[in-house]
Amino acid sequence: MSTKTEQTLNVDKKWCKGCGICVAFCPKDVLEIKDGKVNIKDLEACIKCGQCELRCPDYAIYLGGK
Amino acid sequence: MPSQLVNEYFRTENLPHIWCPGCGNGIVTRAIIKAIDNLNLNKDDVCIVSGIGCSSRASGYLDFNTLHTTHGRALAFATGVKLANPKLNVIVITGDGDCSAIGGNHLIHAARRNIDITTVVFNNNIYGMTGGQYSPTTPTGDKGTTAPYGNIDMNFDLCNLAKAAGSTYVSRGTIFNPNMLIKQVEEGIKNKGFSFIEAITTCPTYYGRKNKKGEAVDMMIYLKENAVNVAAYDKLTDEQKEGKFVIGELYKGSKPEYTEEYNKIIESFSKER
Repeated sequence: MSTKTEQTLNVDKKWCKGCGICVAFCPKDVLEIKDGKVNIKDLEACIKCGQCELRCPDYAIYLGGK
Repeated sequence: MPSQLVNEYFRTENLPHIWCPGCGNGIVTRAIIKAIDNLNLNKDDVCIVSGIGCSSRASGYLDFNTLHTTHGRALAFATGVKLANPKLNVIVITGDGDCSAIGGNHLIHAARRNIDITTVVFNNNIYGMTGGQYSPTTPTGDKGTTAPYGNIDMNFDLCNLAKAAGSTYVSRGTIFNPNMLIKQVEEGIKNKGFSFIEAITTCPTYYGRKNKKGEAVDMMIYLKENAVNVAAYDKLTDEQKEGKFVIGELYKGSKPEYTEEYNKIIESFSKER
């Protein structure tokens, strides 16, 4: 597993169904829905808490990789 | 490219799944595989058995030994799997209708036998796949396509049912708090006996729309605001409990496990020879 500092936020728009759960429960307002899909609007603000990944029903957003 | 976790445990060629936008089933499914991952179980030592319904589609997406069975009978098939190979970690994925209506009898008897199976019920309070008919867990007064004026049935408390029938591990979690759910599935798998985990999930398409519960996010906020952990819940007055529901580990016990007892009988005969 990569360490927290190495992780980045990844989005797979093909799998996103635009439910907005990740947007609603992101504590730092990093995300938005744009054209019916999730969009990272402020990556700098991301604290890599992983709340979005935990609650994404479609596995379309996650922390990972370098 | 999906996350490492999803890549490892899902048949990714079958994704994205068929569940509706905002359906909580994907959250529960992820919690189950995260629990399996945390326990470092070998994939070949896990068998996922499901019945019929939205939730039961999960077995098709997961990369373990999987068995997608007939409506309500997941526990019956799982009992067979477990007896044939007691070393397997058998996990049943089922829905509120599959588990407590069509499969209600299988549920109580699997619990009574305390067979080492972990059952995760995706409770979305409705039959989603067939178009929103009310289920045994649709709250009294709520609407379904078959209850246009409100459901007059009393709804089941599945955890109380599972406990009364003899389960040795009973807990309830929600998709708002997946970390709790992950822990509960872990505990369920570790328990040597029948484990029952009720995962409260959401059906924005049918239950939500029929009952004007709002969008997926609104339904999750409802879970956040009304689920009360067992320690805090016990301190509430009856008035304060109104509209709230209890989550957390609700029961833990110890009883002889079915396959072990069964094998004792077999062994008693092999000694005689």
